[in-house]
Order: sequence, then structure tokens, then C-alpha cells
Amino acid sequence: MALSLRFALFQLFLLFAFVFLLPPPAHAQENPYFVAYDHYLEEPGNLEIEYFSTFGTQRGGNDFHAFWTEFEYGATAWWTTELYVDAQTTFNDSTIFTGVKWENRFRPLKQEHFINPVLYVEYEHKSAADKTLKEGEGHDVESDFLAPNAVARKDHINEIELKLILSSTFKGWNFTENTLAAKDLSNSPWEFGYALGASRPLALKASATRCSFCRQNFIVGAEMYGGLGDRHSFGLHNTSHYLAPVLAWNLPSDWTIRLSAGFGLNDQSHRFLLRWGLSREISGFGSMVTRLFRGRQ
Amino acid sequence: MKRYIATIVITTVFLMVCESHAQQAKPPAFKYQKDALVYAELAKAPEKARAKRNPLESDPDSLPAGKYLFKDHCAECHGDNAEGTKKGPSLRADEVQNAPSGSIFWILTNGVVRRGMPVWSKLPEPQRWQLITYVKSLGRVPAKPEASQSANP
Repeated sequence: MALSLRFALFQLFLLFAFVFLLPPPAHAQENPYFVAYDHYLEEPGNLEIEYFSTFGTQRGGNDFHAFWTEFEYGATAWWTTELYVDAQTTFNDSTIFTGVKWENRFRPLKQEHFINPVLYVEYEHKSAADKTLKEGEGHDVESDFLAPNAVARKDHINEIELKLILSSTFKGWNFTENTLAAKDLSNSPWEFGYALGASRPLALKASATRCSFCRQNFIVGAEMYGGLGDRHSFGLHNTSHYLAPVLAWNLPSDWTIRLSAGFGLNDQSHRFLLRWGLSREISGFGSMVTRLFRGRQ
Repeated sequence: MKRYIATIVITTVFLMVCESHAQQAKPPAFKYQKDALVYAELAKAPEKARAKRNPLESDPDSLPAGKYLFKDHCAECHGDNAEGTKKGPSLRADEVQNAPSGSIFWILTNGVVRRGMPVWSKLPEPQRWQLITYVKSLGRVPAKPEASQSANP
């Protein structure tokens, strides 16, 4: 537990260090989702640093706390690239680093449409002890999490994950549907999953004054996600599914706080997942990196 | 050990992506050419979009709210006084000030993705109109002298 706290605090320290060393911040208008993606990419040249936690209950074993840091960079207006560093603590067991992920999202269409597709490609280098539950895929079920960390961490996974994100915005609402196909680069079959999301700000008009508690700063919604089996046994059999109300609070101080309480929808799912996150967007990160390599011009 | 090496490699690649993108900054001559291309996008708004009126034009809260929205979301690229920067064109230019509000709304909604202007439909429609109220008000107020100098080629 103490080690978990140290890991989590270290990641939070990194977040704060980046945030305060790299001014100026940019005001974010972040969606509240933890698993689902909408079609909005990071603004070009901006870096968003995010810290997330997931507390999960475990029947027949120890509850866990998984946490990760994301570095999300807007390479262009149509391409966002993102680096994840993941870790977890299983209570009464240990705290371990569980892997890294490199994610890329591409917007193929120039203009906004009723349905906006985004292509998602991710490479994951992780251990079987990964408990971030950032997506539901294949036949992943609660009992997979029973293995002790010392055993699970020995099983390394190199995985490619592809998603098709279809997202719409209508009268202030965002509706998104993500379909997922993942392939362990060892000899495993393709696995499938889904995520659905809907969200809306509490107010559509901005207020004439700066305020933390104005309704437009709060975006509420819900997301649902789960696995769809694999190439050999596609469907809902032996899969886990979750439904989670979500909330994002975009503060005028440029921080975003996210909160979500997820509930397992069947016996193969964890009963309860509590997630929270903290993020801040830094503008002009690309220019800063250039200055680092070239000096000021 | 492999995981640590993988972490270092992926981090390095990530930084190289940031670096290579940032090095794409072009000299001023190119910038004005690029601005012109962005302004030209305004003319591409469909007739139906151009004909849209700003429903919040006379809303007293629209101007101050739009000013905050501009500072939060637009000033980073278009400059604090909307005079333009290396990343985005001036919004005080005649091309913008004389454009129908509907065309600006269309650009905000669709972005000019291939030229670096993101899609802003994530701002709800009323907020986009509030922004336009503010941008249009800039045509009535001259920019600060140093701002207008930097905006001119």
C-alpha cells in the first residue's frame, strides 16, 4: 500500500512538475470519458498531461488500484499521438509497473459530418498484470485478475490495438461508438470489444464571468464498454461489461477533473470500478522541444 | 530490463515526433501565404451556412462570454488581441471582419484541419456564436500599435 502511494505520488509529482515547468497552459474543454473516445483530437502543438486512477473490487481475491499517466500531443490538427505509462497495486500483494502504450489517432475527413470517423492505432507492451481496464476486449473477465502479481508480471504481452471511433455532436450532446480489434503479436486470435458514450455540458452558453462552478464547466454523461469475444468465439459469451456514469469538471484554472463510478453488468465483470483523473493542457510544447534541441531563435 | 528499454525507445520516438512537428515552422513569407489560404476557406462555406444569423448578436452576455472563450481557446494561435501569430492568422483582417457570421461559424465548426485549424464543434453552438460576437466586435476596435505592426507582412 505504501509503495502504491509512492508510485501514485511519483506520477502526480511528474504531472505537477511538467505543468509548472512548461507554461503557458491552455484552457481545456475535455470530454468526461475514461474508456470511450470522441472524435476531437488534441490541438496542434499542445501537450496534455493526464493522471488517472482506477480502484476495482475483486471477488475471490484482493482489490486493486491501477494508475497511469498519459502524455497526449497534438502533432497536427488531424493526428494526435499519446504515450501511456501504467502501474498497479494489488492490495495485500505488491505494486508493480505494468507497461507502456503508444497510441495514435487519425482524423481522415477534412470536415465535420453527422458521423465523424477517427482511426485509432495503438501498440501495447505490457504484462498480464495490467489492471487499468482502459478497454474491454475479447474474453477478459474478472477471474483473470486473480493471479498474484509475481506470477502475472512474468507474462509479457505485445499487442496491436485498432479502433474505429464514430462520433457525433448534436444539440450539445456527444454520442460516440468505438469498435475495437486487438491482436496479441504472439499466436493469439484477434479479440474484439466495444465502447459507447453519451455526454453533454450542463449549460450550452458560456457565462459572462469567470467561475469555477458555472454549469458550462461540468460535462456529464455515461459510458458502456465490454468485450465481444474473439475470432473463434465472437459474441457476449464469457465476456465482461460495464456501465459508468461519468463527469468532467473543466476548471477556469486550466485543470480538468474527471470522475466515474462503473458497475459490472454481469457475473464476469468486476462489481465496482471507481475512476478519477486529473489533467492539464500545455500549449506550445512542440516549440519548447525545438528550443531544447536548437536553442532560442 | 526489456520493458525499461521499450519505455526509453517509445519516449524517444514520442519526443522525436513532437520535435519533427515543431520544426515545421516556416519563414514569414510562407506564413502570409498560409494565412491567405485559411482566409480563402471562408469563401468555401455553403450558401446555407453563410446565410445563418448570429442568434446571440444582441445578447448582452455574449460579448464578455465570447471574450473569455477567445482567451481560453483561440488566443493561443491567433494572439491575445487576435492580431495573428506564427500559428494562426489575424482575425482583425478584412477577410474575417467582412465575412458573414455564418461563414465564420462554419469555419469554427469544421476547422481547416489540413492547415492546422482544429475542429471546434466540441464547443456547443451557443458558445461558438458567442465567440463570433466577440470576433466581430474586434473590427470596431483598433488593435494595439505593436500588435498591428506584427500582423502586417
